Amino acid sequence: MPAVELVCPAGGLPALREAVDAGADWVYAGLRDDTNARNFPALNFDDASLGAGIRYAHQRGRKVVLAINTYPQAHNWTRWTDAVDRAQWLGADAIIAADPGLLRYAHRKHPKLELHLSVQGSATSYEAINFFHEQFGIRRAVLPRVLSLAQLELVASRTPVEMEVFGFGGLCVMVEGRCSLSGYACGASPNMAGACSPAHAVRWTDTAQGLESRLNGVLIDRYSKRERAAYPTVCKGRYESMGETYHAFEEPTSLNTLELLPEFARIGVRAVKLEGRQRSPAYVAQVTRIWRAALDALESAPGRFKLQAQWRTELAAMSEGSQQTLGAFSRPWK
Amino acid sequence: MKLALGPLSYHWPRQRVLDFYAAMAAAPLDTVYLGEVICLRRTELSHEDWLALAAELAAAGKEVVLSTQALIESEGDLKRMRRVCGNGDYRVEVNDWNAVPLAAAAPGWVAGPHLNAYNPETLQLLHERGARRWVPPVESARETVAGALAKRPPELEAELFAHGRMPLAFSARCFSARRFNLQKENCEQRCGEFPEGIPLASRDGTAFLVMNGVQTQSARVYCLARDLASVRAAGVDGLRISPQARDTGRVIELLHRLCAGALGAGEAYEALVAASPAPLANGFWHGRAGMEALA
Repeated sequence: MPAVELVCPAGGLPALREAVDAGADWVYAGLRDDTNARNFPALNFDDASLGAGIRYAHQRGRKVVLAINTYPQAHNWTRWTDAVDRAQWLGADAIIAADPGLLRYAHRKHPKLELHLSVQGSATSYEAINFFHEQFGIRRAVLPRVLSLAQLELVASRTPVEMEVFGFGGLCVMVEGRCSLSGYACGASPNMAGACSPAHAVRWTDTAQGLESRLNGVLIDRYSKRERAAYPTVCKGRYESMGETYHAFEEPTSLNTLELLPEFARIGVRAVKLEGRQRSPAYVAQVTRIWRAALDALESAPGRFKLQAQWRTELAAMSEGSQQTLGAFSRPWK
Repeated sequence: MKLALGPLSYHWPRQRVLDFYAAMAAAPLDTVYLGEVICLRRTELSHEDWLALAAELAAAGKEVVLSTQALIESEGDLKRMRRVCGNGDYRVEVNDWNAVPLAAAAPGWVAGPHLNAYNPETLQLLHERGARRWVPPVESARETVAGALAKRPPELEAELFAHGRMPLAFSARCFSARRFNLQKENCEQRCGEFPEGIPLASRDGTAFLVMNGVQTQSARVYCLARDLASVRAAGVDGLRISPQARDTGRVIELLHRLCAGALGAGEAYEALVAASPAPLANGFWHGRAGMEALA
């Protein structure tokens, strides 16, 4: 069984170097525009920093994959095709894309460029994954965070495409690529603009009822002094339904699947991805180091893999909202 | 401009569904989309029941299209999707890429609003696979739709979501079951008690969203009645109306008269306000927040 690869986030050159030094097999990155799903101010790469990052990784035998995983439209199409061309020109090892038209462009224009299907493509089963494989030769698919282990196993048994799953970090409760909540509330569409609930639309106000978080004027939550405030993403808010106020969609939690690594390996998952291109280089270094240690332990003695208490403690300290979940892999709510 | 009735997104009792479509047979609609698009656990109507409805509506002169489920996860979902795609008699609306390779069996299939087809290159690909109608994602702005249609492949129609609560998101989690602290596998089909979904308000009491099983809808109702000129100019051939618990027939009649020029935009809009379950919005079409209403 091939080793499970570790795919780590980089929002800039320092994070990329930290990820490589801490043991990432792949680093994923985006350009400084809406061609990627982390289109945040002061984040991401230009040609010079991406080129430097790719050289840094290649000198150490690691790979860089460029996320071009939002959906272009007729009026901005060439920005996306330029991004694909730049990935090839700068020597990226692969691109991650979601838009079928763009995947076809990349496949025809750069037949040797390795293509990964983005989680934003919301390919939830093998029929879609195999279709993208036959049409565009995708080598790897990043699976939506909605699938259970049993569903992953079914997909793995019916496709030649490598499966990459999310291991740690922020968690979308909605199917990636199928969510217009942010666009509805504030006009920023994850699919088209690469942004969800962007900071410029967020307002924090101290009121007599408590600290209020608003997104483009919509009250997402209100906190008492004892409560820890969370970033006002629409799906993480507290709302009223028939007299009850609660987290209607999901408590603010973050994904941590470290304990599932042996299961991932058994069913043939090829790579585990860490979320967090918006996080600091220090965060990337620390999370990468822990996952590297866990993957090395798994590879050296697959039958005797044991979660170390220290990994657990350190990862818990870095989780959003301090709560962790196995996400859809275990389905307490199902 | 053609008028289409989109698939029913709510979980209604069987008799209510049958009565609803019996009334729709007499409505001024060109096309009716049928089938369960939200959840496999909604079993009030079987595949055969939907086919029987399809036959009745076709006999009443409607073009019938069978819609596939929007979120495909389990083998059960795939199995039902294959039955719909392979029905042999009716066009199929494909709402997930898992169904695209199977859609070739259904000539003239419809690329539904959940496929994320945003640009001419993706439309071209879908057209080569046999698609002959495109329903843009509900968040599409005029610029997106007009841009995609400027290079429209031959015989590809465009139908725009033009009235109804906006389908905003899908999840593996069922929010209707969660509201009652039930697990999805033992959901007791509680969504069936809410013919318009379960409303969610922000903590200051403002209506914001609607929970409809694994789907989240907008509280506000999308309405492009005041945008008909720009919708036409973008190259759109048809308007889609999404079924609502009350007054769907009235909405259809008003849009029919508006499109025929028998009713002015202002007059139609005021009447649509009265016939809709919540305030209207059209922000997406204008490239703004979807909940906004722009004149």
